[in-house]
Amino acid sequence: MNEAAREVAAVAPPGVALPAASPAVQSPWRRLAADFARSRLAMAGLVLLVAIGLCALLAPWISPQNPYDLAQLDVMDSKLAPGEASVTTGMKHWLGTDDQGRDMLSAIFFGLRISLGVGIASVAFALVIGLVLGLAAAYFGGWVDAAVMRVVDLQLSFPAILIALILLAVLGQGVGKIIVALVTVQWAYYARTVRSSALVERQKEYVEAAEVLALSRVRVVLRHLLPNCLPPLIVVATVQVAHAIALEATLSFLGLGLPITEPSLGLLISNGFQYMLSGKYWISFYPGLALMLTIVAINLVADQLRDVLNPRLSR
Amino acid sequence: MIAYTLRRLGQSLLVLVAMSALVFIGVYAIGNPVELLVNPQADAIERARATAALGLDKPLAQQFLSFALGALHGDLGRSFVFNIPAIQLVLERLPATLELAFAATFIAIVLGIPLGLVAGLRPNSFVGRTIMAGSILGFSLPTFWVGLVLIMVFSVQLGWLPPNGRGETVLLFGVPVSFLTADGLAHLAMPALNLALFKLSLLIRLTRAGAREALLQDYVRFARAKGLGPARVIGVHVLKNILIPIVTVIGLELGSVIAFAIVTESIFAWPGTGKLLIDSINQLDRPVIVAYLMVIVVIFVVINFAVDVLYSLLDPRVRLGGATAGAH
Amino acid sequence: MLRILRAAIIALAVLATAGAAAKDREVTIGLQAAVTSMDPHYHNLSPNNSLLVHIFEPLIKRDANGKLVPALATSWRTIDDLTWEFKLRRNVKFHDGSPFTADDVVFTLKRVPNVPNSPSSFATFTKPIVDVKVIDPYTIQFKTATPHVLMPSDLASVYIVSKKHGEGATTEDYNSGKAAIGTGPYKLTEYVPNQRVVLKANYGYWGGEEPWDTVTFKILSNPAARVAALLSGDVQMIETVPTSDIARLAHDKRFSLVDKVTNRVIYVHLNQSTDKAPPYVTAKDGSPLEKNPFRDPRVRRALSMAINREAIDSRIMEGRAVPASQMLPDIFPGTSKKLKPVKYDPEGARKLLAEAGYPNGFALTIFGPNNRYINDDKIAQAIAQFYSRIGVDAKVQTMPSSVYFTRATKLEFGYMLLGWGTESMEQGSGLRSLLATHDPAKGMGVNNRGRYSNPEFDRVLTEALDTMDDAKRYAMIAHAAEIAFNDTGLIPIHYEVSTWATASGYRYTPRADQYTLVTDLKPAR
Repeated sequence: MNEAAREVAAVAPPGVALPAASPAVQSPWRRLAADFARSRLAMAGLVLLVAIGLCALLAPWISPQNPYDLAQLDVMDSKLAPGEASVTTGMKHWLGTDDQGRDMLSAIFFGLRISLGVGIASVAFALVIGLVLGLAAAYFGGWVDAAVMRVVDLQLSFPAILIALILLAVLGQGVGKIIVALVTVQWAYYARTVRSSALVERQKEYVEAAEVLALSRVRVVLRHLLPNCLPPLIVVATVQVAHAIALEATLSFLGLGLPITEPSLGLLISNGFQYMLSGKYWISFYPGLALMLTIVAINLVADQLRDVLNPRLSR
Repeated sequence: MIAYTLRRLGQSLLVLVAMSALVFIGVYAIGNPVELLVNPQADAIERARATAALGLDKPLAQQFLSFALGALHGDLGRSFVFNIPAIQLVLERLPATLELAFAATFIAIVLGIPLGLVAGLRPNSFVGRTIMAGSILGFSLPTFWVGLVLIMVFSVQLGWLPPNGRGETVLLFGVPVSFLTADGLAHLAMPALNLALFKLSLLIRLTRAGAREALLQDYVRFARAKGLGPARVIGVHVLKNILIPIVTVIGLELGSVIAFAIVTESIFAWPGTGKLLIDSINQLDRPVIVAYLMVIVVIFVVINFAVDVLYSLLDPRVRLGGATAGAH
Repeated sequence: MLRILRAAIIALAVLATAGAAAKDREVTIGLQAAVTSMDPHYHNLSPNNSLLVHIFEPLIKRDANGKLVPALATSWRTIDDLTWEFKLRRNVKFHDGSPFTADDVVFTLKRVPNVPNSPSSFATFTKPIVDVKVIDPYTIQFKTATPHVLMPSDLASVYIVSKKHGEGATTEDYNSGKAAIGTGPYKLTEYVPNQRVVLKANYGYWGGEEPWDTVTFKILSNPAARVAALLSGDVQMIETVPTSDIARLAHDKRFSLVDKVTNRVIYVHLNQSTDKAPPYVTAKDGSPLEKNPFRDPRVRRALSMAINREAIDSRIMEGRAVPASQMLPDIFPGTSKKLKPVKYDPEGARKLLAEAGYPNGFALTIFGPNNRYINDDKIAQAIAQFYSRIGVDAKVQTMPSSVYFTRATKLEFGYMLLGWGTESMEQGSGLRSLLATHDPAKGMGVNNRGRYSNPEFDRVLTEALDTMDDAKRYAMIAHAAEIAFNDTGLIPIHYEVSTWATASGYRYTPRADQYTLVTDLKPAR
């Protein structure tokens, strides 16, 4: 694996980054919103995030060019500096073009779409898998716990690049496949996080009470254990989206990411990376800036959310 | 304690077996090493000879079995590419990687914990906010990108630091280390910083979160009320309370840096195991991949064990083997 | 705080550079690919052969243009169709001072096929020799079972080792330097796999003294790391300058660039193995095609005409490529001057497609590696762009070579971007491997992943390959090439151009075989 992937491991150490929260905040949304709005930085992050989200969602309608339609690209327009006009169509490229003549502004809008999509989807799937296995391990204990945790060990010491390469060889290339690869890499961290907070919850009286009432095991897990493990996990997941995006960028850098004709932000950065020393900075710089802004925005929002959702801090 | 250790050992052995089996199946699924190793101009006979020479002509199960038998005798096979015992290739590079990992972790601890404390103690101050906002930058850019920017600034523009490789080494307890020579330090600075950046951000955030929690705890309020000086409150009461999560993360991070510093090592041409791994994966040099991952599993096991022992030292309530220890 | 840090960094840097400052007769070179062994008979791999020729020498070597010139042999001739005689150079000494004689040649030929665990053996080159006769210490004869015209070319790849040190020596003994005793201009000082190789001058070299005392080859596989090392003065020369940095280095007075067209062609194989459409080739709506379009020469021709080779050359390759018409640039033997790169003609391509029954085009996926050839994935993407202009819907999938080549050999793709470096430096071997009808048992079409088959071409080529007379053989090979390329047996894109960058004060003479030889690097005075 690589540095980007490690982030995932570290942000969610067993039950430490976020102390196992006491039962979820029951206060109305409005109070939450008011709490959230108290930080101007977080509000700025939110505005930025909404703007970025809109760019991503509306990419096909606001982009000057469809950067994935090869018929619209002309290699004769390659590596134009920001502000230069196309040799063939006269279209102005505000952020320049890459080595295939792709308009960088359009490519960034479309790339955001893919990067955010890949980030959110992979985290969502990994979360569900990690949740189910982590809860099972914590609740049933014994051999179930041992088996799940040893598979987690195996997964954590298995390099992401090898997993990505195997999946590429077996499944081929594509957005769906890269999501599978990211889920495979990430689920173990969630499983471990969930297990550790569920272990704490399990000892609490309300679970015992539910068991004394002879409620079915599934019901105990779903209705009692799960809701109490969820709040910290949701905040962690918000942060993880950023990590998934960075991990995808690193896989692209190693040639294991998405198809090069449909670049994500990460792929744009790694494609432009080789021009960093050559003075054609814009091929890598602007996508890098977009990625940075996105991750900063997500984290500003997530930080504040974490504080707001933590009942002990908002006292 | 002994039973606990033995059980962990047994389970780790199982993980080792599963790991090597997975690598065998995985490499088989990825491609045929002969395609990459044999000269393209070679004819069918030469291809068959090379396949047999590497033992790839036998069924996969049989290949795995003979590997397992060899492994029991301490023989993990020879590199397809270098014809050198795979374990020797890995162990030769391990000191470089360990050094890089420890250096990065050191930087992260020395800077991260104080900055995090400041941010946690004064969460709403300008300094606190700046530290937090700055820490986001630490993981918002891909490592390869930051690495090249470092090279551009410090090697190419300013000419202060060498752009690649490891500096002069001296033997320390029989292990070659480079941090004791000036040349070695100069070479170590940039890759260590590049690797430390993410950990630094993480430690800042963890310390801050922990400090904020701790400040609200009754015993800290009590300590303050007792009129203890802020230095003592922070140094003893706050820090002690947040050390367990920090130790966990440092342990985890150290493990993963040792295992997977691939990008940093290849950008700085650092002669460590991460670079060896990526080269071996690209060449499908299966014996090296297996040997490497086995070493990594062992390192993970050792680090996790050390972390658990540290837990019990830091907090007597945590008993080894108890499920609440959290780490696996 | 910052000031202290700054001072500390500078102090460190000063100390570091003081130790490493290059002395006059020292040079450090950044290489792209790892050298996997110091055993010259272990792994037939370009980076190995390039480095080891500093330490060991063949009987016959190649000059910068690929021409065969005397090395340890001073002359050679055929006595009859099955016998070659070589006169060996006198007064040549190994690094340890022992003399070089025919015994060392005999020993080398015995050792070559018997290196254990060799992943790619040199036996390919020695196999045709069935008997060796030593006439006197400086005359040796090789017998072959069938006429073997490529004998001198093959022997250029076989490096002579010392019998005295080579007997019983393993690959490890060469790696450690114990057995790495050759006759070459440099001696091995240190070999650290995947990191560096250090050589020292062999002052008693028969070819005269070299300008360098100590040479260090550093393995810097990451292109950006290689360029950064040159820019910061850490190395004085790098090979394979990434095309993205060529413009910058060309404008920088502190560096100079040299380049040379190489023996490697980038080409496309069109999978003609199936009656129905090959994998990843369909109608535009995704439905299967009844016939394999690649079996129609008009379709192949159209797909070649649609490629704007000039644009790839100027935009993707920064001018470091030469549009290709056959397997080798026409300065090499066995090539045809009549073959010219196919002209970019999208209109003509559309017409041809319509004639062939595809007026609306079809859909295909271009497959290629992304870490094997210079800008391989970018070339694939540009080709897809060109195809969109003739109504062919092209997708692109690129992957690391570890995955790609296995699948390509299994013919899992329809449209494959590939490369071929002709080591023999004449067109016959390439035609035989890539275009002759696939028949591995006979050594024909071994790498013909397109499964192109043309009986007339096969006949002309087979006859040519058995012709002993050089001039006649090359003319016949050129004729065979005309048949295959006028039929678009494969689509040649361009010949790669290798680029080296040196710091000012150094002058490098570039080579067609992409080898990086310090013997060709001189101080510019």
